[in-house]
Amino acid sequence: MLFATEPLVRWKWVGDHLDEIWQDLIEHIQLTAIAVGIGFAISLVLAIVSIRYRWTYGPIGAFCAVLYAIPSLALFALLIPIVGLGVVPAEIALVGYTLLILLRNMVAGFDGVPPEVREAADGMGYEGWRRGLRVDLPLALPAIIAGLRIATVTTVGLVTVAALVGTGGLGALINDGLDRGDFPTPVVVGSVLSIALAIVLDVMFVLIERFATPWRRRQRPDTVINPDEPVGAAAAADVAGGELAGAGAGVASGG
Amino acid sequence: MWDYLGTDAAWHGENGLPALLWAHLKLSFASLLIAALIALPPAIVLGHIKKGALLAISVVNIGRAIPSFAIIVLLLPFSLKWGFGLGFWPTLVALVLLAIPPIFTNTYTGVRDVPPDAVEAAQGMGMQATGLMRKVELPVALPLILTGLRVSAVQIIATATLGAKVGYRCLGTPIVAGISRADKGPLLAAAILVAALALLTDGVFAQTQKVMVPWRASRTRPHDNPEAEGTS
Repeated sequence: MLFATEPLVRWKWVGDHLDEIWQDLIEHIQLTAIAVGIGFAISLVLAIVSIRYRWTYGPIGAFCAVLYAIPSLALFALLIPIVGLGVVPAEIALVGYTLLILLRNMVAGFDGVPPEVREAADGMGYEGWRRGLRVDLPLALPAIIAGLRIATVTTVGLVTVAALVGTGGLGALINDGLDRGDFPTPVVVGSVLSIALAIVLDVMFVLIERFATPWRRRQRPDTVINPDEPVGAAAAADVAGGELAGAGAGVASGG
Repeated sequence: MWDYLGTDAAWHGENGLPALLWAHLKLSFASLLIAALIALPPAIVLGHIKKGALLAISVVNIGRAIPSFAIIVLLLPFSLKWGFGLGFWPTLVALVLLAIPPIFTNTYTGVRDVPPDAVEAAQGMGMQATGLMRKVELPVALPLILTGLRVSAVQIIATATLGAKVGYRCLGTPIVAGISRADKGPLLAAAILVAALALLTDGVFAQTQKVMVPWRASRTRPHDNPEAEGTS
C-alpha cells in the first residue's frame, strides 16, 4: 500500500535536497510577507475610512467578513478562470483573508484610546495627524500587532494550500510528495516546516509586541480574556475570533 | 459550468455533486460533534471553578498557529502505516483538532465571566454546583458557547475541502482534480457550493443564536458602539 513500506523520513533525501527545501522555505516566507504587507496597507486605509466615517465600518466589515468565510481552496479555484494559475490569484486571495483580522484590530485599537488621553493631547497642542502618530498610534499598537500576528500565522497556513494553484513554498514540497504517492519524506518535511514556521512567527510577534510597548511589560494582560473585544485586541482577547462572528463573520478560510 | 450542471454526471453517481455534498456534510458534522464532546466538559468545569486561564489562552494560540492542511497531510503517512487508510480518518482527526480551540476557549470564557452577582444570587437561593452550572452558568454563557461552535463549524466546512488532497471524496475533490484540467466546470460548481455552504452554516448559526438567545438580539454590540469615539 501507498507509503506503507517507506520510512516517514529518509534523511538522505533531506540531505540531498537541502537547497530546494531552503528555497521553498524562503518562498513561503516571501509569499506570506507580500500578502500581509499588502493586506496591512489596504486595511490601514479601510480602518482610517471606518474611523473617520463611522457608518462605513458596518458595510466594510461585512464585506471583509464574507471574504473571510469563503474556504481558501474554493477562493483560489474561483480566481483561476479570472486571473489564471500561479502567484497572482494566490496573493489576491491571501490578501483578502488578512483584511478582516487587520481591520478589526486596527479599529479596536484606535477605539481603545481613552478619550481623556485624546483630550489631554489636544490640550497640549497636538493636532490631526501629529496626534494620530504620536498619541493614538502607540496606544493602538498592541492591538495592531496582535492583528498582524494572527494575520501572519493564518497566512502561513494558507500559503501551504496555495501551492495547489501553483505557487511555490512549502506546499509545493507537500504536493510533490502526495503526487508521487509512495514517498512520504517531502510531505513530512513540508508540513513539519510549515508548522514550525507558524510557531516561530507567532513567538516572534509576541516578542515584537513586548519590545514595541515596554510600558505594558509590568502588566500581565495575558491572564485577562475579554470576549467583548474584537480579535486579539488585548494581548489575549482573540477568544473574540469567536465574538467577532456575531457581527457576521465566520473565521473560516481553512488553512 | 452550466454545461457541466446540465450533465448527468453532475447529479448522479459517487462523483455527483449530491454525493460529494453529503460526504462533505457527514465528515463535517462528525468532526464538530467529536470536538464538542471533547472540548465542552473541561471548558465548563474549568470556567466554573475559574481556573485554567493560561490553558485557555494557550489552546487558542496554538490552535491558531498550527496550519490544518499541514496537519492533514502529516497525519496521512501515520494513518496509512497504522492501517486507517486514506481520506476519512486523517481529515477527521485534523478537523477535530482544528475545532477544539474555538469551542473550548469561548465556552471557558463564557462560563467564567458569568456575572458574580448572578452566581451569588443563585447560591443564596440554595443552588448547588450542578444546578448552578445547568440553570445559571450555561444559559448565561450560551451566546459565547454558540459562537465557539459557529466559528468551528465554518472552519470545519472550509477545511474539509482539503481532505480531497489526501483522498477523501468531498466537495474538494472536483476542485483539486480540476486545477490542472481545461474543463473548469466541475471545479467552479464545487467551489461555489463550498463557499455557499460555509456562508450558509454561518448564517444558520447566527439565526440559532438569535432564536436561542433572544435577550441578546436587542443589545448593541460593544465595538459597533460609536460612543467609544471621543473626538474626531
